[in-house]
Formats: sequence, C-alpha cells, structure tokens
Amino acid sequence: MEIVRKTNSCVKAVSRPDGRKVLLRGNEALAEAAVQAGCRFYAGYPVTPQNEIPEYLAKRMPQSGGVFIQAESELAAINMVYGAAATGARAMTSSSSLGISLMQEAISYMAGAELPAVIANVQRGGPGLGNISGSQADYFQAVKGGGHGDYKLLVYAPFSLQEIWELAMLSFDKADEYRNPVMVLMDGILGQMMEPIVKTPYQKPKLPAKDWALTGCKGRKPNVLKSLYLGEGELEQRNWLLQEKYNRMKEKEVLCQTCYAEDAEVMVVAFGIAARIALSAIEVLRAEGRKVGLFRPVTLFPFPEKELHSMAKGVKKFLTFELNAGQMVEDVRLAVCGLEDVLFYGRPGGSIVSPEEFTEKLRGLF
Amino acid sequence: MKQVFGRPQGLKDAPFRFCPGCGHSILHRLVAECLDEMELRELTIAIAPVGCAVFAYDYFNFDVIEIPHGRPPAAATGIKRMLPDRVVLSYQGDGDLAAIGTAEIIHAANRGENITVLFVNNGIYGMTGGQLAPTTLTGQKTTTTPGGRTPADAGHPLRVSELLAQLDGVSFIARSAVDSAANVIKTKNLLKKALRYQVEGKGFSMVEVLSPCPTSWKMSPEDALRWVAEDMQKTFPLGTLKDIYPETPGNGDNGGDDE
Repeated sequence: MEIVRKTNSCVKAVSRPDGRKVLLRGNEALAEAAVQAGCRFYAGYPVTPQNEIPEYLAKRMPQSGGVFIQAESELAAINMVYGAAATGARAMTSSSSLGISLMQEAISYMAGAELPAVIANVQRGGPGLGNISGSQADYFQAVKGGGHGDYKLLVYAPFSLQEIWELAMLSFDKADEYRNPVMVLMDGILGQMMEPIVKTPYQKPKLPAKDWALTGCKGRKPNVLKSLYLGEGELEQRNWLLQEKYNRMKEKEVLCQTCYAEDAEVMVVAFGIAARIALSAIEVLRAEGRKVGLFRPVTLFPFPEKELHSMAKGVKKFLTFELNAGQMVEDVRLAVCGLEDVLFYGRPGGSIVSPEEFTEKLRGLF
Repeated sequence: MKQVFGRPQGLKDAPFRFCPGCGHSILHRLVAECLDEMELRELTIAIAPVGCAVFAYDYFNFDVIEIPHGRPPAAATGIKRMLPDRVVLSYQGDGDLAAIGTAEIIHAANRGENITVLFVNNGIYGMTGGQLAPTTLTGQKTTTTPGGRTPADAGHPLRVSELLAQLDGVSFIARSAVDSAANVIKTKNLLKKALRYQVEGKGFSMVEVLSPCPTSWKMSPEDALRWVAEDMQKTFPLGTLKDIYPETPGNGDNGGDDE
C-alpha cells in the first residue's frame, strides 16, 4: 500500500492521479474501506457527525456476510467489538468524541488483553455535549492513552478522503500485526465532506496467525484472553512487554509528510483537516514568495519526533496549527527541544479556521 | 476398580480458591459437568466477569475471556454473532448483571441473543468486601448499609429475572438455589436445559442461582445455606419464570422446578 511516507516532495496527496474516481462522503469512504479490508463486524451507537458510518454498514455488512449491530450504548458497542475481535474476526466501531469517552474502559482492556480492532473517532466540539462541528480536541485522548493504565493506540490522522480510504485499510493490518487497537482520528469536516477518490484495491499483507483467538478448544489447549495479573511482579512484566511493542511501533510505524519544506523558514505543523486548511494558506503565501512549509504527522502515535527534530536546523519558527486550544503543540515542543520557537494558533469549541484567516496569521509571521 | 466420582474434564486440575462455603465452587463444577455430559466443552467460550468469578479461567478447561464489569452480554453478543455454532456462556454475578450491567443484559435478552447466562445472585459484592448489591435483601446489613438496607435510602431488591421474563427475545429463565443437595441437582438440570436451548438455537436463556457468600454475610457456611433457603427465597422465589417451549421432548429433566 502506497501511503505518503516521510516524503520531502510537495505532494498535495489529496487524490490519486490515476484510476477511476468516485465521489464519496468521508464517513462512507471509511466504512467501505473497512468492508474491503475484510472487516466483518461493526457495532455502534448513533452520534453526530458520524452517523453515515453505521447507516452505510447497516446495509453493507449483511451484503458482505458480516454482522452489523446497533448497540444500546457506546459501552455495549465497544464490548461487542471486544467479543468479536476475540474470535479472530476483523471488527470495528466508530463514534464521535463523547461516545469515544464512554469507550475508554474497554479500549484499555483490549490494549491489556492485546486484541486488535479499529476505532474511528469523527471528532466534534467539546468538552461535554459540546457541539456537532468538526474539531481536533481529542488529540490528547487519542495519543496519550485515553483510558486507564500505561497503554498506547496506533493513531492515524488522515487529511483527505483518499487517505481515509487507504489508512482505514492499513489500520486493520496494523491492528492484527501488533495485536493492538488502532484509532483512525477524523473530525466532523472530514466525515461529512465529499471528494473524489480512487478505490485502490485492498491487498492483505502476510500477518501472524491468530492462534490466540477464542474459537472453542477443539484440538488445542484452552485459550484465555485477560488483562488481570495479580501475582507479584506479573503486571509489571506484562507492562514491559506492552511497552516493547509500543517501542516497535515508534521504530517502524511513523508516517509523516512535508510540503514546501526544503527552504522553509516558517514551518507549519498540522494534522488532519487543519493540515488541509494550512496547505491552502501556504500555497497563497508561496505565490507571494514567502518561505513557508508544512510538516504533517500522519501517525499521531507514534509521533514523528525525529523527523520533526531534523527540521529544526533550517527553520526559524514553527507554528503548530490545530482546531483546539493547543494539544499537539506540546509534542511539537518536545520534538523541537527548544532549538527554535514553537508558536501556536488554533480555535477550540468546534470553530473552523478558514484558509483566509490562517493566511493572515501566517503572513503576520514574516 | 470402578471410579464413581472424579474431576470433570471441563475443570482444570487446580484447587478452587473460593472462600469455604462459597457457591461459586459448586457452580463451576456444575458448569463443567454439564458441558462434559453434553459434549460441549470444546465448543464453548465462557466469559469471566469482574467479581469473585473473574478467576474462572484458572478453573474452566475451555476458552475463556475476561470482560469489563457489566458488559459480558455485549461481548457475548459479539462472540456469538461471529461464531454462531459455538456455545457462549456468560457467567455473571449480581453486581455485574443487576447493577452496572443492567442495560447490557436487558438489551442482549431483548435481541434474543442465542447465549446462555448463569446469573449468580448472592445479594452482595463479595470481591470488594461486602457492599450493598441491587439484590441485597431489605434489612440486610452490608458494609455500605451498616444499619441494614432501607428502601427509602437504597431502594428495593431488584428481581432481574422477573423483569427479563417479560421480554419477547427470551426463551428460558429459571431461578434456582444451591442451598441443598436436591437444589444443586435441580440447578444442574436447569443449566443443562438452558444450554440445550442455545444449542437448538432457541434464543436467550438464563438461570439465576441463589448462592451463599458466608464471608461477606459474616455467617458460618451452615447459617449461610439457611439464609438462602429461609430469607433469600422469600424475596427471590424459585421456579421457572419463562419457558417458551415447555412441551419440547426431553424437557422432563427440568428438576421439578415448577413447584
């Protein structure tokens, strides 16, 4: 699968030039990609702005021999996924911010029991009931653990529908490869917007056999899936094993993209839809001769620390741009390590920053 | 020499670590015996709940998964929908099923999920040291109702089986007890019937079992059995609450639970 990887080329990466394009909505692209990647179980609970995912899968899952359940709550939905994943099936759920909060307990259990699943968060404004506008305020929740205990999810942040399609498929592979829940972190804008994509076919890589799955113990010893370790030192040992896995992710799974980076004096750091807005602004300023570039983390965990650190040499200022009050900026500061200034611009509460507004902000830095 | 009593294949060779007089040891053995006799052991996936029965995987000699508190019916749904030809047994306590997991049990039952639930009602939170459960009897002392449960403060004992019996998705619900040898045998027969309903695809089946917890009740094991027989059964009467196939051949072994 060809995803933008640590590239320095200026790629709009919004669409693929070849192949027959179809017009899809973000939420539908995610849902269809999941089915094509072999997902055969979906459980979810209605919440705006991700309702197109369960609505699409209510039709599509039965067509493809899969199971769709509208659960009685997000708590039930994620635990249904927990059960389905335990049988070795590819399983997913989706929700939006407040519903994802409800799922955190089971996500922690799944990380502890090492069960693969894909969880899509189509973020909306918070805290609390917030609003139904797109937002990026769940960055901390997604990348810093979210639930209780020392655990990590692999977190992908697509910024176009083409990338939703490809990263959704990759998420199922990586969940199986690492036996770990994977989050696709979207937002209400990406979920609702429509753009043409090429439905690149899914190609399953070679993955480890799921010999841990619960299928009945015929012909083998009973399998147990659990996260309780009460013996002295057992839980610590278990935790170190998990940490080894997260370190492997840090070594192997970082994805990021740079645009107009070669000679950039000001580097915008943004993910997801904010990066899309930023790119529009950067193109306006480039036309004016301003040396401004974009650094876009595609994986939020693992965060592209080294890649960002290596940028600090030529860049005079970093501007982290997020649709929240400043979350990823903390990781940017850690990566840049005080080598250069790291500024922040963003708006919380589901307010959208227009390309024009961000262009003005950027222009002010020169 | 003829062996007349042994360890069921459904149990691992491990001694139970439950408190003396606890009903879980009896019920774990009954589950194993039923699965052995019905030749279901290798087809079964059981759920270990949060609570005293969380260690089920240390004893059950078949596939087991540990599930967050209250959510076993949701996880059982996920397992059974993906593996409809396997047997899914959700082993739950009263805190798990009747308090934190009321939504999950009601909706799994209402969907008619083809699973079997073994609901162990001992009227108290055993694992955490004896706090009020939704099933605690009126007047019963617990660590969080030190003066005894009063309906004004803590509500009334919750009869979940009666509640679930009203739902169209339910095929079989019975309440039993393990307070006497006769009732242990009845309990086993009810559990077999519930499992058979699942194997036959008849939908949701559940057996509630009144079970002693001498440690948290602060009673001798003998007094605890008396409490089950004389006090608990006044609030939680034994019997079959719902059976949509009462005339099914082979159902004669329901243990005379309809008295």
